[in-house]
Amino acid sequence: MTTRRTLEKERTETETENGTALPDGASRSMTHAEGANGFDPAARLSVAKAYKMFVGGAFVRSESGRYFQVRGEADGNADPDVVNVPRGSRKDARDAVLAAKGAADSWAARTAFNRGQILYRLAEVMESRREELQTALERGGVSGAEASREVATAIDRAVYYAGFCDKFQALVATSNPVAGPHFGFSVPEPMGVVAVVAPQRPALLGLVSTVLPVLAGANTCVVVAGTDDPRTAVVWCECLATSDLPGGVVNVLTGQASEIAPHLAKHREVFAMDVWSADADLRAAVEREGSGNVKRVRTHDESDAAKLTGETGQGLGFIERFLETKTVWHPVGV
Amino acid sequence: MTAPDSLSRYGSSARPAPYPLFYPPPPPVDQVAVEERAASLGKRSLKKGAKVAGLKLAVRMMDLTTLEGKDTPGKVRAMCRKALLPLDSDPSIGPCAAVCVYPNLVPVARAALAGSAVKVASVATAFPSGQSPLDVKLADVRRAVELGADEIDMVIDRGAMLSGDYAKVFDEIAATKEACGKAHLKVILETGELGSYDVVRKASEIGIAAGGDFIKTSTGKVQPAATPPVTLVMLEAIRDHYYATGRRIGMKPAGGVRTAKQSLHYLVLVKETLGDAWLTPDLFRFGASALLNDVLMQIEKEKTGAYQASEDFSKD
Amino acid sequence: MSGEITKSGDDALALDFGRAWEYAPAPEATDHVTIAPRHELFVGGKWVAPRSGKYFDTINPATEDKLAEVAEADERDVDDAVQAARRAYDRVWSKMPGKERAKYVFRIARALQEKARELAIVESLDGGKPIKESRDVDLPLAAAHFFYHAGWADKLDYAFHGRAWRPLGVAGQIIPWNFPLLMAAWKIAPAIACGNTVVLKPAETTPLTALLLARIVEEAGLPPGVVNVVTGAGATGAALASHPGVDKVAFTGSTDVGKRIQRAVAGTKKKLTLELGGKAANVVFADAPLDQAVEGIVNGIYFNQGHVCCAGSRLLVEESVHDLVVRKLTDRIATLRVGDPLDKNTDVGAINSKMQLDKIRQLVAAGEEEGAERHTAPCALPSRGYFFPPTFFTGVAQSSRIAREEIFGPVLSVLTFRTPDEAIEKANNTMYGLSAGIWTDKGAKIFWMAQRLKAGVVWGNTYNKFDPSSPFGGYKESGFGREGGRQGLSAYTELA
Repeated sequence: MTTRRTLEKERTETETENGTALPDGASRSMTHAEGANGFDPAARLSVAKAYKMFVGGAFVRSESGRYFQVRGEADGNADPDVVNVPRGSRKDARDAVLAAKGAADSWAARTAFNRGQILYRLAEVMESRREELQTALERGGVSGAEASREVATAIDRAVYYAGFCDKFQALVATSNPVAGPHFGFSVPEPMGVVAVVAPQRPALLGLVSTVLPVLAGANTCVVVAGTDDPRTAVVWCECLATSDLPGGVVNVLTGQASEIAPHLAKHREVFAMDVWSADADLRAAVEREGSGNVKRVRTHDESDAAKLTGETGQGLGFIERFLETKTVWHPVGV
Repeated sequence: MTAPDSLSRYGSSARPAPYPLFYPPPPPVDQVAVEERAASLGKRSLKKGAKVAGLKLAVRMMDLTTLEGKDTPGKVRAMCRKALLPLDSDPSIGPCAAVCVYPNLVPVARAALAGSAVKVASVATAFPSGQSPLDVKLADVRRAVELGADEIDMVIDRGAMLSGDYAKVFDEIAATKEACGKAHLKVILETGELGSYDVVRKASEIGIAAGGDFIKTSTGKVQPAATPPVTLVMLEAIRDHYYATGRRIGMKPAGGVRTAKQSLHYLVLVKETLGDAWLTPDLFRFGASALLNDVLMQIEKEKTGAYQASEDFSKD
Repeated sequence: MSGEITKSGDDALALDFGRAWEYAPAPEATDHVTIAPRHELFVGGKWVAPRSGKYFDTINPATEDKLAEVAEADERDVDDAVQAARRAYDRVWSKMPGKERAKYVFRIARALQEKARELAIVESLDGGKPIKESRDVDLPLAAAHFFYHAGWADKLDYAFHGRAWRPLGVAGQIIPWNFPLLMAAWKIAPAIACGNTVVLKPAETTPLTALLLARIVEEAGLPPGVVNVVTGAGATGAALASHPGVDKVAFTGSTDVGKRIQRAVAGTKKKLTLELGGKAANVVFADAPLDQAVEGIVNGIYFNQGHVCCAGSRLLVEESVHDLVVRKLTDRIATLRVGDPLDKNTDVGAINSKMQLDKIRQLVAAGEEEGAERHTAPCALPSRGYFFPPTFFTGVAQSSRIAREEIFGPVLSVLTFRTPDEAIEKANNTMYGLSAGIWTDKGAKIFWMAQRLKAGVVWGNTYNKFDPSSPFGGYKESGFGREGGRQGLSAYTELA
């Protein structure tokens, strides 16, 4: 409780500085427990949120019924001290892949402009839910100032990729000067379903930095958000759900990457994986199991995740990693 | 062109097999691929016996041609002698399939070739442009046949072809065929004026359907004249007609075939597109004037092992 | 029908490609080419004997005669080669300015042109491919690949949109037997142009031209160790792929072996590119230029005896023109000249090895057992050597083995479709995704199809075209990474 009070205080100060403090008592008090001044009959019990995974555009529990618990740290608002989060299973991964597969063709068939519009909408929604994202990060143990910076960077990154959706093709495509009477060109195409094991930290920026370039490249994805700060992931999913992103384009599982990722690696509908993990054995296992369908596997050490916070955390290369190149030839004649 | 009736319009009932003008459309031709295929057949390596056999066949397939304003009886008689016995020293070579002349010179050729198997071919139908009224063109044909022509080389109306009046093209060919009587009809498409292989293909089909016994590339007065790919396109039309009807149409590349090597290339095209049945003067001809001497030189070279001098061969 | 060879042109209309005018034998002169009886390893700029002292024979598949014996590299030899490559990388090649590297690579290109005929002859002798293909396709393309990549060596700062790049280090490259020299060029040229050094392992049945290429590298004066060639079989390749001193593994070959290599490098920092098998659909619409499509079909499956990863081995033909296409194809394959690879008129040469011939026969037998109708060219085969006549099957079901498995021989499976959607569904109904063909006269349909085909290379109204400026590589289990073009450079560079 001490920790929570301290952080609550800091937060209030921050908000006051920003002039955005919430009206006192609006949604603050969380229980009717007797405080220093005795029981407050006017106190309101807030409604706690059930944290669920995001699959096929819906918020779902694990089919396994399993859960894990995350302790709240910064929280004076909605959450109890301990929240139960679904512990995603092999079958949840299967369902998520099905959802991603189902969404793949129509997502890829949209115009690049439209995908850009949708990602921009996501940025708008994230901006409007800035408070909530920041609070989630703080609950996950990030200081207010850091959380604020992370949210701002994450929103800017969403804008960045929104604006990249209809640009990268022109950068990576080529007109091939073949030595003959043929017109040849090579264009980028999505790989299909990409599975992302998101870095545990930074919790929000890690997701945004790994998932959005995959989406910009017109792939759909299954994301393992991990166990460190799943609440931030779920809040971000709520942003996804309220932007114009079609269901199934992004599917987020909470739970243990070491348990879920090997199944994704073996899954034959998953064409690529992006694994950000400190666990060298897990990285190796994914690379090994991915060979079953010649998966395009990228692995990154935890230390690589630190680079996501700055300018190095975004770029054409992030999109390019999950693109195929299709080369087309046609004769030129009459 | 709006009513279904007009879509299958084809000349009068007196004329031969209907040509379905718009349905089914002729298959498209891919320029790059057909040129690639024609070029690849030019890479066949023909040595020794195969080369000599091919060249001797080429001689027997030749329509030795002179089509000039300055043609005279003397010139034509000399050419006929060459057609009958291309190489004095080797009577196994030849004779050529035919001589090809203007109508006025048909009687000269007829007389010079009397008693031989060498045919007399005459161009007609306001050769080479074809830009005369149909009755004039048909009179041209009838007179040439009366004068003794065994074969008539007509030109199609390229203007009608390019303006889309396919019925006119068809009808003129059909009328010419009728005017030929027993004479064989070769239909010159003048491919160098048709602009694309698609039009060549379409003109080939019209020429075949309207009654042509042969289809022929060129008058020799327009460049480009015969080329391997345009010949291949026409051979493919002949092949499809054969598949559909069992009828064998002949082919005559003319103009631009000047060397023995070129003639072998054309023979390879025929051999590998239509097969053995077409490797005969009845179904394949070369329209040429300069070709014969080069072929003879190469035959002599193979016989003697020495490269030949052009002055050793008569220039008739 | 099982076991019975049928020919759908067995009617009065079948064209007769007989003996009216026969081509005489036209053998390529080989008197100017001598093949040394024994070949050593090329390591660190020197020709060295294998540590084990073991050699294996390489034979001419058209005659079954031994051509030469070739050193068998074991892991010690591979280690020597990797170390030589590392030294060359650290001391010379990674430090050399791009414009200087470029000139070395240009030298190799020029020498390939100068020695083209000799190399073409050895390629045909060792691998069985027709001389007209090794002469007109393999050699010009191999030289072109070196020319193309040489020019990149000093322009790489432009290649990646301003991103900083560096070479990877030592590349271990394992190549197949179907285009021995060309695949060596595809591997070596971009690698050394980007500043890497290489250890190349040619296929055991076709090592000779890679060794001649090593001779060219030596004569071009490349610093010792920049290019090393270790000959041997699967064990040599495995030793190379798993060598801890290798920074990059590039493999072209079967999907099975590719998967094994992917497993082997898991958990290491090695970069990997794979160019694997295929079962390409060649889709022919009724509105196609059919005669040219037939040429494309023939080129798609009978080129190089069908030993082509991107071979158009599944013909998907619109049902309304199926019979016509089959008639044309039947007549066309009757003109294919099968036999002596060194004869300039040979269209289809020898199957690369006894093992491959057995595999082809086995799959053809499976096709017959499954009830497909077999059509085989009526050609006489030489009495010696490994030959298989051009063959296609009609009445093939999508589920049939010959429609699903890579045969890697001159055997085509013909299937039909009714609508464009069905064509796409069938074309993509495979674990492979290397290439595809589309034949239609309708431009919009080409693009519609090209967008939907899951394949790395799509040929519209053409087939089996290659160019160093044109990225080549697969989707799905046909591998990853591209070879050729600007895109191919990223296989040999690390980008910031």
